Amino acid sequence: MLTYTIRRLVLAVPTLLFISVVIFLLLQLAPGDPMAQVPLTVPPEVKQKMREALGLGDSIYVQFWKWLVQFFWVEPQVLIDNIFGTHFADGKLRVLSWQTRSPVMDIVVQRLPQTLWVVGMSYVVGVLIALPIGIYSAYRQYSVFDQLGTFISMVGFSVPTFFTGVLLIVVFSVGLGWFPSIYDTTLQVNDWASFKLQIRQMVLPVFVLALYNAAQISRFMRASMLDNLNQDYVRTARAKGLGERVVVLVHVLRNSLIPVVTVIALGVPQVFGGAIITEQVFKVNGLGQLLITAIEANDLPMVQTLTFIFAVLIVLFNLVADVLYGILDPRIRYD
Amino acid sequence: MTDDTRKQASETAPGPDATPEATPAPYAASLAAAGPMPSAPPRSQWFDVWRQFTHHKGAMLGGIVFILMVLTVFVGPLFWTVDPTFIDIRARNSQAITSCILTFSQMFSCFADPSSVGIKASWAHPLGADQLGRDTLARMMAGGQTSLSVGIAAMVLSLILGSLFGVLAGYFRKLDGPLMRMTDLFLALPLLPLLLVMVLLFREPLSAAFGPETGIFILIVVAIGITSWMPAARIVRGDVLALKEREFVLAARSIGTTNTKMISRHILPNVISPIMVSATLGIANAIITESALSFLGLGFPPDFPTWGRLLFDSIDYMQQNPERVILPGVAISLTVLSVNYLGDGLRDALDPRLRGR
Amino acid sequence: MRTKSLLLGAAAAFAMAPAAMAERGADGHVNVIYWQAPSILNPYLSGGTKDIESSSVVIEPLGRYDQDGNLVPYLATEIPTLENGGVSEDLTSITWKLKEGLLWSDGTPVTSKDVVFTAEYCMHPEGGCAQLAKFNNVASVEAIDDLTVKVTFENAQPNPYGPFMGGQSPILQAAQFADCLGAAAPQCTEANFGPIGTGPFKVDEFRPNDVISLSANPNYRDPAKPAFATMTFKGGGDAAAAGRAVLETGEFDYAWNLQLAPEVIAEMESAGKGKTVVGFGTLVERIEMNLTNPSSDLPPETRATVAEPHPILTDFKVRKALSMAIDRELLTELGYGQAGRATCNLVPSPEMYASETNTECLTQDIEGAKALLDEAGWTVGSGGIREKDGMKLSLLFQTSTNAVRQDFQALIKQWWGEIGVETELRNVSGSVFFGGDPGSPDTFQKFYADVEMYANNFDGTDPQSYLSMYKCGNEPKPSSQWQGENINRFCNEEYDALLKELAQTGELEKRGELAKKLNDIITKETMTIVPLVDRGRVSAHSNTLGGVVLNTWDSELWNVADWYRIK
Repeated sequence: MLTYTIRRLVLAVPTLLFISVVIFLLLQLAPGDPMAQVPLTVPPEVKQKMREALGLGDSIYVQFWKWLVQFFWVEPQVLIDNIFGTHFADGKLRVLSWQTRSPVMDIVVQRLPQTLWVVGMSYVVGVLIALPIGIYSAYRQYSVFDQLGTFISMVGFSVPTFFTGVLLIVVFSVGLGWFPSIYDTTLQVNDWASFKLQIRQMVLPVFVLALYNAAQISRFMRASMLDNLNQDYVRTARAKGLGERVVVLVHVLRNSLIPVVTVIALGVPQVFGGAIITEQVFKVNGLGQLLITAIEANDLPMVQTLTFIFAVLIVLFNLVADVLYGILDPRIRYD
Repeated sequence: MTDDTRKQASETAPGPDATPEATPAPYAASLAAAGPMPSAPPRSQWFDVWRQFTHHKGAMLGGIVFILMVLTVFVGPLFWTVDPTFIDIRARNSQAITSCILTFSQMFSCFADPSSVGIKASWAHPLGADQLGRDTLARMMAGGQTSLSVGIAAMVLSLILGSLFGVLAGYFRKLDGPLMRMTDLFLALPLLPLLLVMVLLFREPLSAAFGPETGIFILIVVAIGITSWMPAARIVRGDVLALKEREFVLAARSIGTTNTKMISRHILPNVISPIMVSATLGIANAIITESALSFLGLGFPPDFPTWGRLLFDSIDYMQQNPERVILPGVAISLTVLSVNYLGDGLRDALDPRLRGR
Repeated sequence: MRTKSLLLGAAAAFAMAPAAMAERGADGHVNVIYWQAPSILNPYLSGGTKDIESSSVVIEPLGRYDQDGNLVPYLATEIPTLENGGVSEDLTSITWKLKEGLLWSDGTPVTSKDVVFTAEYCMHPEGGCAQLAKFNNVASVEAIDDLTVKVTFENAQPNPYGPFMGGQSPILQAAQFADCLGAAAPQCTEANFGPIGTGPFKVDEFRPNDVISLSANPNYRDPAKPAFATMTFKGGGDAAAAGRAVLETGEFDYAWNLQLAPEVIAEMESAGKGKTVVGFGTLVERIEMNLTNPSSDLPPETRATVAEPHPILTDFKVRKALSMAIDRELLTELGYGQAGRATCNLVPSPEMYASETNTECLTQDIEGAKALLDEAGWTVGSGGIREKDGMKLSLLFQTSTNAVRQDFQALIKQWWGEIGVETELRNVSGSVFFGGDPGSPDTFQKFYADVEMYANNFDGTDPQSYLSMYKCGNEPKPSSQWQGENINRFCNEEYDALLKELAQTGELEKRGELAKKLNDIITKETMTIVPLVDRGRVSAHSNTLGGVVLNTWDSELWNVADWYRIK
């Protein structure tokens, strides 16, 4: 398994390079212009000059090469400088956003806390709710609990977050006034009062997202458990006199986890990608909002960098899932 | 039939002599299925599947609801002939006639003449009208035609792609690397620019070849399909990787079953449940993505109603005209629920261990 | 000590009792929400409205426009005019005098060098300055003494108030931006995110595309202002959410530009937490007619260029009929409510430039439109669609994605259907439609459609450059990478001659007459542009926020120094 992991990690380098080329070409090909949000009162000649100042006049190869150097050579230096207080990157050009004219990575770092607080938390909550629901609904298939779980999760998944989010705001912020409708990203959590504030402002977005995530994961958990509950090894285990709890929660669960691990691993990069709609609805302004505003403003360096970080996480977590398969089911061999 | 019995034989290795009294429900079910061979003349496998399916209460209910929905949206417009794009400006923001129920004591006079109790509603627009006075009932039916067709077509496309790539990658070791790296690539591509590029490249050629409406339909279905198959592929592959090492597959291989047969007879039926879950989730996803597309101006023309679009457009009116968000929301949820139960039924029917329960 | 400050406080409160504000910072905190989040606080590097408005609480120009479009001095002692000798007789130079004793928020004095530097900063050839048009025709900017600046133009400027006037060209501190000239501009992140200014607030923390934390500028020129000690300027979300936060939940005090359906705003306002304010400027929602043929059968070199006249829309009668079929009053009522006024003018205000006789289009005339089409030879064919020489009267109508615009499209399609015109609708995402990507077929400049709808306005109060957009030869075309402002590909000798005359006329009354004539030519006389609605701006403030005066001629936050808390 170790050799397999190392081989996959080595292979990830050319894969990611290829992905970055494809993303770059895709963004170049996509219609759009960084001047789209500049008012029409600014004349075209001026817009042309602004485009040139952004480096849009360069050929595609030059632009891509610049990004590669900035991202893989300059940015790591900046990171080292920040950690050790050295000055490797001084005066070198970093990946600059076209909208803000500031280093993309600084903004990404600035956005991480709220994304992790809200989206990350909702994912954890979603998984924690989904697993027991999935297991129990499968174990008591077609019971009232199962039917109710099915109903809630299907409605939870099929009603889009742009609707549930606004509905919750209308009910709990406007109607009852329990929770704020706008997330305060400047809030510093340093005592009990600010922690309570933080929880209050997280409740609605986390609920919306957790419902959505839990719906999806619990369905896969249930289906997979159902497949396994009727297998012969379950019967054997019971015949051996193992307790019901051990049979279900150890034997069946372990064998049912493969699709669930896949789904969870697919979802983790999306945590870092942010939840575009929910972040917009609650004004969380995390990475998802950053990505969508960058796409709307055709801020290519920002989109390219964010998507690439996203790609790295996808490759990484899919590898993690593959390794976990081998642990969950030792019969799975890759070499 | 033969493959199934063989499979059962290989799986029920410990033999059916375990004590039936102590077995909980799921076990008893599989035991019943694994019981003595029926003495009646052999029937086709698909007959069994169908019989099991028709005995599944959830599946039947789901099927009936689904057929009703399809009938309403496709046949309904023959009876309710109001043009969904016609603007009746005087009826703007009309409420559904059912809001009369909330007037309690005056309910009957309200149903007779809603304006008499101060409710803006009329029998001309039984489900109300939008901010321009377009009839909600007609728009729901027209929107359902688009949403159901797009949702189902895109879901099927994405499932076919996902299952195909998943099975191939899981089953053939040589294909695993390339196919999964391609999955990584597709997962990493930013959705919106990808859709913009597809529209840019293919809208005009497709419109020229198939006419504007069919062209856009194909474009949307393909766009949603090829951007949503990856999770299904990864899930199916994971299951296949594990299945491939199971005893019944090894047994089947040892008697010389060809790869094609192996996949269609042994692998596919055993990964049907994650596929079914993906199908239900996929249909919801496709309906919502379609509305996002039309919002970006990449989908159908703006006066073309779809459920997703109706829902999105009504969000701002949630407080004044709640039925405007409730109707499309319920329609989408009902579709997904009914497909979910159909999927459950199909899964159970295809599981030989449960058959005959 | 404590008693003393208490006493002082009481004395101050007593002395200031009639005025609502007592002293700087007395009213605590104010929350402002813009649903478009500011990306940068240097308006010279981004033309975006959100960036200009957010930076206007920090950095200020020499003069601004007030809510009626009059010029008011900010950093200058007075507005230079011909009468007071600030503008030279030959209209080629303007001399500004700075107020005495002005300080930057870091405590250093404001001098004419800062003003000269600002011009240098924007006019640098490699800087890509977004406000370069403000410095059009500027020959030199020189400091006469520490407080006097003279701007010399290359030729006579009837309107010399381009540089340093209005939110688009505020004064930057020379010391802070000294190393940020030209190509180095984007690397000065710290300066771009936290410019040192003269405005009522200074930046404490700027989070791009998210939130700005501000506090009162200790060196602001009026010692009693601003009344608020701190300000949070939040960005993001959508107009409905911003409106809800001010009008329904009361979490925020001020929300900018609520582009929402009138009944939605009314519903929110009924919650009683705040009220809306409306102001009118020069923004006009209009339909533009394509005078060239956008058919996809044509090769890309000539498609939608003057080489191929439009087969249908070159006929004035058709354009006129299309305009007559539209009920502008109804459109306004449905789409904008109190924030809109039906109009037939391209230049709806200021008063001296607005053509008041152009009102004929305000009444819908379906029968007249039908008669006009009959007259033009378009006869009703199969399915109620008119035909002429085997060609159907069928139009493609595009606009950007926006709830109100899609409603307008649906309504107009119905009215055009009534007069026998078939309409195909298309909506395009705003970032593509308004972006000038020459590779995209969906930009408003390329105009691969028969008619399109959008809104446009002009900066300041002088419409000359606005009207000059429709000059012959200024159209987007392949040779200019589809850049150009004459979207309709309009070409009219009389119009061009009048434009030339306008550029040489300094006398205001005469300029007004010329502008009205130009406006009439492009609207009612040729129906090239079909104006629909004069769009106002709706913003909302909470009931406890006082001093708000909505200004559409400059930044909405122009008088944020005067805002106070109503107790």
